[in-house]
Amino acid sequence: MRITAEGLSWSVAGTQVVRDVSADIAPGETVGLLGPNGSGKSSLLRCLAGLRAPDAGTVRYDGEPVQDWSARRIARHVAFVEQDSAADSDLRVADVVGLGRTPFRDRWRGPDATDRAVVAAALERVGLTALAGRSWKALSGGERQRAHIARALAQQPYALLLDEPTNHLDVKHQLELMRLLTGTDQTVLVALHDLSLAARYCDRLLLLHHGRLIACGTPAAVLTTERLAEVFEVDADLTTDTLGHPVVTYRGRSAAPLPRHPDPPFESL
Amino acid sequence: MSADPLAPKPTADLLLSPGSPGSPAPAGRPGRSTAAHTLLFLLAALALAGSMAAAVRIGTADVGWTGLARVLGTRLGLGVEPLPPLLDSLIWDLRLPRVLMAALVGASLAVCGTVLQAVTRNALADPYLLGVSSGASTGAVAVVVLGVGASALGVTGGALAGALSSFGLLLLLLRRTGLDSARIVLTGVVVGQLFTASTSLVLMASADADTTRAVTHWLLGSMAPARWDTVVVCAVVTPLGLVTAWLCSNALDGLAFGTDTAASLGIGVRNTRMLLLVVTAALTAVAVATVGAIGFVGLIVPHGVRFLVGPLHRVLLPYAALAGAVFLVWTDALARVAFAPREVPVGVITALLGVPLFLLILRKRGEL
Repeated sequence: MRITAEGLSWSVAGTQVVRDVSADIAPGETVGLLGPNGSGKSSLLRCLAGLRAPDAGTVRYDGEPVQDWSARRIARHVAFVEQDSAADSDLRVADVVGLGRTPFRDRWRGPDATDRAVVAAALERVGLTALAGRSWKALSGGERQRAHIARALAQQPYALLLDEPTNHLDVKHQLELMRLLTGTDQTVLVALHDLSLAARYCDRLLLLHHGRLIACGTPAAVLTTERLAEVFEVDADLTTDTLGHPVVTYRGRSAAPLPRHPDPPFESL
Repeated sequence: MSADPLAPKPTADLLLSPGSPGSPAPAGRPGRSTAAHTLLFLLAALALAGSMAAAVRIGTADVGWTGLARVLGTRLGLGVEPLPPLLDSLIWDLRLPRVLMAALVGASLAVCGTVLQAVTRNALADPYLLGVSSGASTGAVAVVVLGVGASALGVTGGALAGALSSFGLLLLLLRRTGLDSARIVLTGVVVGQLFTASTSLVLMASADADTTRAVTHWLLGSMAPARWDTVVVCAVVTPLGLVTAWLCSNALDGLAFGTDTAASLGIGVRNTRMLLLVVTAALTAVAVATVGAIGFVGLIVPHGVRFLVGPLHRVLLPYAALAGAVFLVWTDALARVAFAPREVPVGVITALLGVPLFLLILRKRGEL
């Protein structure tokens, strides 16, 4: 599914968080959304997921404006994974993943055979089949994040929007998750902090700064030393891995070196 | 896009693709099967019927099972020999409506607690602790004392207005943080105190001593004022409220993960929340209008039932209703006989049971 943003702006409490963002995400593409903390990534994702009504501009799914769509209709097209969706719940993992079937069920109906099959497949996809009967409370942060992704997959969406899904994951699961996202037919828009991870797995990158989209294109085109210095305020070296993906190495922020303590006088020993 | 909801979705193939060839539904989900649930539910319903029959018997004047059968037989026109008129009236006009009322109010309060705990994402939410019962009391007392319309419907209407205004005040005070703020219980207690004070003020300012005594007893929560006319109001409103809440089961489950995740699942969070708050206010108001503010039922019962049948609302809500009914029928019976012939307001007993549980939950959350 193609997701289009046309001149999106959104503000909260008088502060403009998203400023005049226009972008076009093609069907099946995996797009990384980059930017420092507070650059408007989460807000832009929420606008695109239909969870916030933009002050100006239009969100289109396959060319159709979605502002008049019901929440249910949107949920049948797009799944959204929050950054920290904490819950002190006793729900079993399979039931949490089963929440992804909500937009396909009557308001009170329980899961049917299709729902259960989809849930089982989604659990298998993220490697949580063995924990299906486990209580949500007993999961680690990483397992919860994977369960949320399984819940999103159970929604059988045309597009997946994820807000920093690799946050709680160890390296192995980060790589597995990115492979999972890029291996799908769905359109994927994923906010990420790890620039190298984004460069390696995303087809294209969007770079946000103070709510504005300041760069958009292939990883090699978007990630330049000058932009990283300007947007993230870091000195970074850009190299290329064996597959031709950019790799970012940080030199640390240019700051005065820490003062070295003089050696203690010999007598005090 | 010409969205045909039934069109095969690309991801359906994907999820069930060769990688995971038609992964069969996990056979025998760890939960109970539908048949087992039906049986369990029937048993619980039977337990309620038995409890109610037993509770009608229990009291200062014991008529025995045959006496109870004779009262019911007389009313059904079965041609049995009626009891002496005074005894018959005691059972039919006082005790039977009282037990029915206890069952209806118990079910209402338990479901209100379950719903409020999901909507506010707070394990301590309950109509009493959030000040809704106190608001309803103020409304009801205002109608009774000022004599605006002292019929059962008038008092219920006053209680409803009071319950809704306490919700309104709560929402106003929490407008910045939202309903799932951790401060909701504290704010609710403050709102409750305000309405309790208003009730006392209305009483002291305008009622005579007799009314004050009657109303005070009722404010502690007592089944004694239950009569057939109030039971009828309750019997109409309560099932409607319970069914409405049950129809929102999936939304209640989704709310566990917060507003955004729930909305992304296609749940109309704002509307569902408003609908459920109005339903809760109505259920609480109908209960309070007759029997006063009975606390902690909405706290005790949902926690116990969740422990037994799990947190999925489609299953939890019906059991909470049944368990709430059984619970209040028995606590009311206890209230009648514990210090007979004097009667303890049932709210005193539920509070004595509820406070330790409240502390236990606080402790479990690491706040004590």
